[in-house]
Amino acid sequence: MSENRVPEEIQENAAHEAAKLGIGTDEWVAQHEERTARKKGLKGVPQFIDESIPAWARWVVLLAAAFAFGAFVDNQYLLRIGVNLGLFVMLSYGLNIVMGYAGLLDLGYVAFYGIGAYGYALMSSEQLGHHWSTWLSVLIIIIGTALLGYIVSLPARRLFGDYLAIVTLFFGQVFVQLVLASDNITFPWADDYVDITAGANGIPGIDPFSFFGHKFLNIRDYYWLLLVLVALLTITISRINRTRIGRAWRTIREDALAAESMGVMVNRLKTMAFVTGAAIAGLAGAIFAAMQSAVFVSGFDMPLMTMIYAAVILGGSGSLAGAVMGAIVMSVLPEVLRVTNYSEILFLAVLVLTLAAVGKSVKRFTINIVSIALIGFAVKILLGFASIKITPTEEWVVGPVSRALSHWMYVPLDRVLWGNCAFVILIVLIAYFTTTTPRIKTILLPIIGYLGIFLWEVRLVTDVNTTRQLLIGAMLVVLMITRPQGFLGKPRVEVL
Amino acid sequence: MSEKKPLLEISNIDTYYGVIHILQQVNLRVDEGELVCLLGGNACGKSTTLKTILGMVKPKVGKIMFAGEDVTHQNTPARVKLGMAVVPENRRLFGPMTVLENLKIGAYVRGEAAQEDLERVYDLFPKLKERSSQLAGTLSGGEQQMVAVGRALMSHPRLILMDEPSMGLAPKLVEQSFEMIANLHSQGVSMLIVEQNANMALSVADRGYVLQTGRIVLEGEAKELAGHEELRRAYLGR
Ligand SMILES: Nc1ncnc2c1ncn2[C@@H]1O[C@H](COP(=O)(O)OP(=O)(O)O)[C@@H](O)[C@H]1O
Ligand SMILES: [Mg+2]
Repeated sequence: MSENRVPEEIQENAAHEAAKLGIGTDEWVAQHEERTARKKGLKGVPQFIDESIPAWARWVVLLAAAFAFGAFVDNQYLLRIGVNLGLFVMLSYGLNIVMGYAGLLDLGYVAFYGIGAYGYALMSSEQLGHHWSTWLSVLIIIIGTALLGYIVSLPARRLFGDYLAIVTLFFGQVFVQLVLASDNITFPWADDYVDITAGANGIPGIDPFSFFGHKFLNIRDYYWLLLVLVALLTITISRINRTRIGRAWRTIREDALAAESMGVMVNRLKTMAFVTGAAIAGLAGAIFAAMQSAVFVSGFDMPLMTMIYAAVILGGSGSLAGAVMGAIVMSVLPEVLRVTNYSEILFLAVLVLTLAAVGKSVKRFTINIVSIALIGFAVKILLGFASIKITPTEEWVVGPVSRALSHWMYVPLDRVLWGNCAFVILIVLIAYFTTTTPRIKTILLPIIGYLGIFLWEVRLVTDVNTTRQLLIGAMLVVLMITRPQGFLGKPRVEVL
Repeated sequence: MSEKKPLLEISNIDTYYGVIHILQQVNLRVDEGELVCLLGGNACGKSTTLKTILGMVKPKVGKIMFAGEDVTHQNTPARVKLGMAVVPENRRLFGPMTVLENLKIGAYVRGEAAQEDLERVYDLFPKLKERSSQLAGTLSGGEQQMVAVGRALMSHPRLILMDEPSMGLAPKLVEQSFEMIANLHSQGVSMLIVEQNANMALSVADRGYVLQTGRIVLEGEAKELAGHEELRRAYLGR
């Protein structure tokens, strides 16, 4: 008996080993779990979100948050931010189809938003004296912008990349110029000129939406409308993305010629992407006009275009969740940064986070923070001995953080001059930092950190607008370096 | 063998890239169920011939008949719909898309991909089933080849056009891929294979053509060609 048992056990063990090694199955696949390296620390956060929280859970959380916001927030200013976010998400979704899925670099996209807004304004204000029903005007706008999208897509059929970018950029500018010029048009059959768009003055007094006798007088109404629309769009677009149409869009982005040789009708699909994107933007424009009750053409120009592009790229081109995230960052952040206190806290938070991400271990992080503190005291003491004039504390303290820093930070009298110098040095140091050896990096890091705080307190805190742009720009640069595919985007792989 | 029915017939094709005259008076035929190879050295116009057949470039003169229809003036998707499928040079997979999505794109002209078509490909290449959710661009060369062939099969093609299936593969994989080609052929799939590796191609083909600077200089049964003195010297390297 006992003699028999030994080989059996060995056999069993062998079988067990084989199963563990995954012999007989594809070995790489069998070992996939162990071989998938997790990024450590902060850099692993996007990966963690991407891999361990299922997509539907993310959406449920987002939806619940959005719902709670609409239900419990009463502050008109906050609600307006919410509505702007909704519009931004719609715009990002549309662009995500055109640029993220189909890979078409459409720089005139924002014009469709403008056309939607102006279209609604002309159909629902005293400008032309029309007050059509909301249903009718919204329907006309959706169909109209879709048609325009079709027309704009015609040149896109033959164009790619930078050529397409130039043509669509031109389209966007034509829209702006047309609106500006259409306040003074003389038709051949009339004697007097007609004012269609009111030019740069914009169109005021636009009617709010009105459905089934319910007038959208409260900003909250628009919030709910947008929430429903965004939810519907999320479901629809993510469904389309999983059908043959969505797949075909993505093949065009990757390799249009190969797509064509698989039988994909490249031109038709490009057109579909343009038309869908345009209609979404047009609808968003109509909502914007009704909510805002006034439109100005300057709101539909390049600055907004760059923000939408930034949102889509930041979140990860081709990802809907990424588009939402990008929209949150690009539409809410500028609002937050309007308030100096917030921007100051955010700045320090970003600085601390960067230090934490770069430093990797708690020890390094602590050393960096202590070093920065020491540099600060050293500078204050040394320059104190040199008795160079400083700005009186009460003149530059703007928030709780700068008050706390005031005993530590050395603030020279000529803040603009010193701030600019610090700015130049900082950029040179950062450029050097990215290319140098680890040892020099260790030394440079606290110096860069100090200069950053110095620049901030001396110069940027007082100049809110510049600061906003700079902060957003810096954030984009940092993200693009650390995660080129965007926050939730899939990394690109090259096929040889 | 049953009586010969021409599936693809191109006659007197002249193809230009701009002003550069590439194909000159090319005639070529593939019969139903036949495996034909098109041999030739570097840059002699092999890929151009395939592109002309597929409609990616338009010939200046000549006529292309496929499945009983004159397709000379049809665009590529229409020809794919009629039953052409291609395994392009260097595979040209859609790298950031999964293996499954790459396969499904192959069925684009048929609508949504059918599960049984996928199963058929997985039967042929079991490895692809395990890899179905992996990004195609991260596969090894041999695996990418499988996806490219599987993708072509997904459209139920009447004719598969393969551009240098052995390119960039290790010798052992080249052998495997020709085994796979012979296997497909034995199942009745018609194929036109473009190759520089004349030895391998002739070992599986029924007939062959030899292209030299845009002209067909030789054609015949594969066995004949394999024994042809001149061809041996020029291409078979011995
Ligand atoms: N798109 C193109 N434009 C101009 N010349 C091309 C183009 N594609 C290929 N050629 C030229 O045509 C010739 C034949 O190319 P090709 O058919 O790709 O050769 P191969 O037999 O190696 O597949 C080559 O000289 C190549 O440089
Ligand atoms: Mg070639």
